[in-house]
Amino acid sequence: MSAQRSGRTAVTGIGVVAPNGLRTDAYWKSVREGVSVLDRITRDGCGHLPLRVAGEVRGFDASAFIEETFLVQTDRFSHFAMAAAGAALDDAGLSGKAAGSPYSVGVVTAAGSGGGEFGQRELQKLWGQGSRYVGPYQSIAWFYAASTGQISIRGGFKGPCGVVASDEAGGLDAVAHAGRAVRRGTDVVVVGAAEAPLAPYSMVCQLGYPELSTAEDPAVAYRPFTSRARGFVPAEGGAVLVVEDADRARRRGTAIRATVAGHAATFTGASRWDRSREGLARAIQGALDEAGCAPEEIDVVFADALGTPEADRAEALALTDALGPHGTRVPVTAPKAGFGRAYCGGPLLDIAAAVLAMEHGQVPPTPGVFDICHDIDLVTTRARPAELRTALILSRGLMGSNAALVLRQGEQA
Amino acid sequence: MTPRRVAVTGIGVVAPGGIGVPAFWDLLSDGRTATRGITLFDPEGLRSRIAAECDFDPRAHGLGPAVTERADRYIQFALVAADEAVSDCGIDLAAENPWRVAVSLGSAVGGTTRLEHDYVLVSAGGKRWDVDHRAAEPQLHLAFSPSTLASVVAERFGAQGPVQTVSTGCTSGLDAVGYAFHTIQDGRADICIAGASDSPISPITMACFDAIKATSPNNDDPAHASRPFDAHRDGFVMGEGAAVLVLEELEHARARGAHVYCEIGGYATFGNAYHMTGLTSEGLEMARAIDSTLDQARVDPTEIDYVNAHGSGTRQNDRHETAAVKRSLGAHAYDTPMSSIKSMVGHSLGAIGAIEVVACVLAMAHQVVPPTANYETPDPECDLDYVPRTARPRKLDNVLSVGSGFGGFQSAVLLTGTGGRTR
Repeated sequence: MSAQRSGRTAVTGIGVVAPNGLRTDAYWKSVREGVSVLDRITRDGCGHLPLRVAGEVRGFDASAFIEETFLVQTDRFSHFAMAAAGAALDDAGLSGKAAGSPYSVGVVTAAGSGGGEFGQRELQKLWGQGSRYVGPYQSIAWFYAASTGQISIRGGFKGPCGVVASDEAGGLDAVAHAGRAVRRGTDVVVVGAAEAPLAPYSMVCQLGYPELSTAEDPAVAYRPFTSRARGFVPAEGGAVLVVEDADRARRRGTAIRATVAGHAATFTGASRWDRSREGLARAIQGALDEAGCAPEEIDVVFADALGTPEADRAEALALTDALGPHGTRVPVTAPKAGFGRAYCGGPLLDIAAAVLAMEHGQVPPTPGVFDICHDIDLVTTRARPAELRTALILSRGLMGSNAALVLRQGEQA
Repeated sequence: MTPRRVAVTGIGVVAPGGIGVPAFWDLLSDGRTATRGITLFDPEGLRSRIAAECDFDPRAHGLGPAVTERADRYIQFALVAADEAVSDCGIDLAAENPWRVAVSLGSAVGGTTRLEHDYVLVSAGGKRWDVDHRAAEPQLHLAFSPSTLASVVAERFGAQGPVQTVSTGCTSGLDAVGYAFHTIQDGRADICIAGASDSPISPITMACFDAIKATSPNNDDPAHASRPFDAHRDGFVMGEGAAVLVLEELEHARARGAHVYCEIGGYATFGNAYHMTGLTSEGLEMARAIDSTLDQARVDPTEIDYVNAHGSGTRQNDRHETAAVKRSLGAHAYDTPMSSIKSMVGHSLGAIGAIEVVACVLAMAHQVVPPTANYETPDPECDLDYVPRTARPRKLDNVLSVGSGFGGFQSAVLLTGTGGRTR
């Protein structure tokens, strides 16, 4: 533990594996340009299912990022998480064996769908061939804790390790959890989420979500905040951050890319989107309180943007409920409209986009959305230049969680 | 600023051998075992065909068809355990500020039993990769989403504060209690419904532990198959169940004149960064978790009165854990009873950590250490006092519960008696 600590959680590393970019720089380029990569699903065995459109991670060669010993015992969702963690550690200047005690680095991930493709393969062996055909890695590849465990082992990180198995909002909760670990004395936490929900059986499992868009045309499948909103489309991928105490980061001469200033979470019931208005507003107020941030200081909002009329209305109203008149004036964006909702990975991708937006002074657009039917200033068509010092990131989960997180640019407290 | 203190004011349990706290404590204090041949499905062909099953009739515990048609078995367990805990704590939750009521529940494998059931339907018995969605049940998405557990429990009690599901393998239950402790300590809620549930007795889960020979193959003598710390131990016996605790900020509990069982004195978790399923013989990381909880509560190692062991009954676990406790407690380890209730109720993966915390609460309430059933032959590598076969009266002020999980998780929770120190 360090002698002097600021109590502030700094983001010093970002790693991304997303449908619209396999690296952080490629992701930002697509986000800034408002590129949509939503497309027909091409994963093996999925073509006949009534879920047609998603954000697939294409061209990802796991073996380029991860050693064979880890590859064989892990699902695609852990491949994404391990690749993103490696990139985040590189970015933070902590790759290789970091100096200091192994207990000073923890790992936290959020997971909402587990190792579905690996699990389906082993289920097929069990039921198609017999129990003795189930492989030795099923017990460690399918479960929600796989990515945290493997990142910990691969990096030699023995600090506090955790897993929030959650709906989408758990992605923000995980980052807050990591921040609390830092405040309790852990130097560094590798925190993130990545999902791979596009295996055939995993897709069947999602068909019951009432908010799922089963549109066949990628151009109209996911259009949040429009009068033709018809639900969300799922996505693969996610992001991992390196967070650490701000003073410690400064002492080791690492650039502080952003500061996690505040977070709060509430619960208002599965698919009770009318009630999510109050839940989200309270989460925003809680996050602002913890950050010591006035509503007018929020320079950009990364919206949850679920994409059903009722949920979008609740979110738009929650912004005004929590931010007052500023709620209709602050720029709002939803880059995920261009690549889908990666469950717990979604909020991490939003955090990554928010940090990059603040660094570049540009609010990225909401791809494919033009006809907004809510009283918010949704940024569309092209990125909008702006001085961005504080960002608000929102997330709601299909099981009823609401969360808000306030990020400050660089070292601002 | 002094951290807010966290009290345990309610407990509930669904465990093999008896549903509800009285039946559970009877089983533990009698040293009876609830392990038997699997009845929940036909286990033919498996290496380990034994388990500790719950004889669970949801209707007998007030769950109507509206709940049972939607909620998986593990969620039903959690609801029944939560009903008992909330009733026990005496809080009128309807009169509380709902935004200050949190939920933190753990599960290692969540809805996998239902996921497997429907997989068989949509794949025509494992024949096709391109599964047929038309054969799936309409509620399948609730089994797919791990957060269904905390969500359903939160809705039942009107909780609107932070609601989360924790899934750190076999330490899920301890970690869910730990996260709840932090949630109240940090001031994010005043009350937290905390615990864990799992119902993993299914072909896929049994088969995947078969594949790594982690479970006991002693099918001929299931009642004596779970043998933690015994020289002849040969793996764990799968279990199922749930436990829920109501954690409450101490002043909140005092203000309403609540019965306080004990306090959560500390919680810590570390990764071993060693192996997803393997454990070292040194136990360094678990020892560090224990040390951290003692530091938090300012309790000296010599003041620990009982260690509730993970004690799964695998060769490596029991050796690892013995080393960890010796490392943390020093010579006092030899004077400290350490038992494993998995000898009686099996290993219910993510649930067991919470079930063991409830066992510790009851041990303190009764001032009795539950035994390690089936312990007969000492193992030179496991040379502590494992409380063989018979429960033992003892003054219990400070009690530790520890756990290890796949993924390398090593966690510890310290319970401190109400008559103990103030911090």
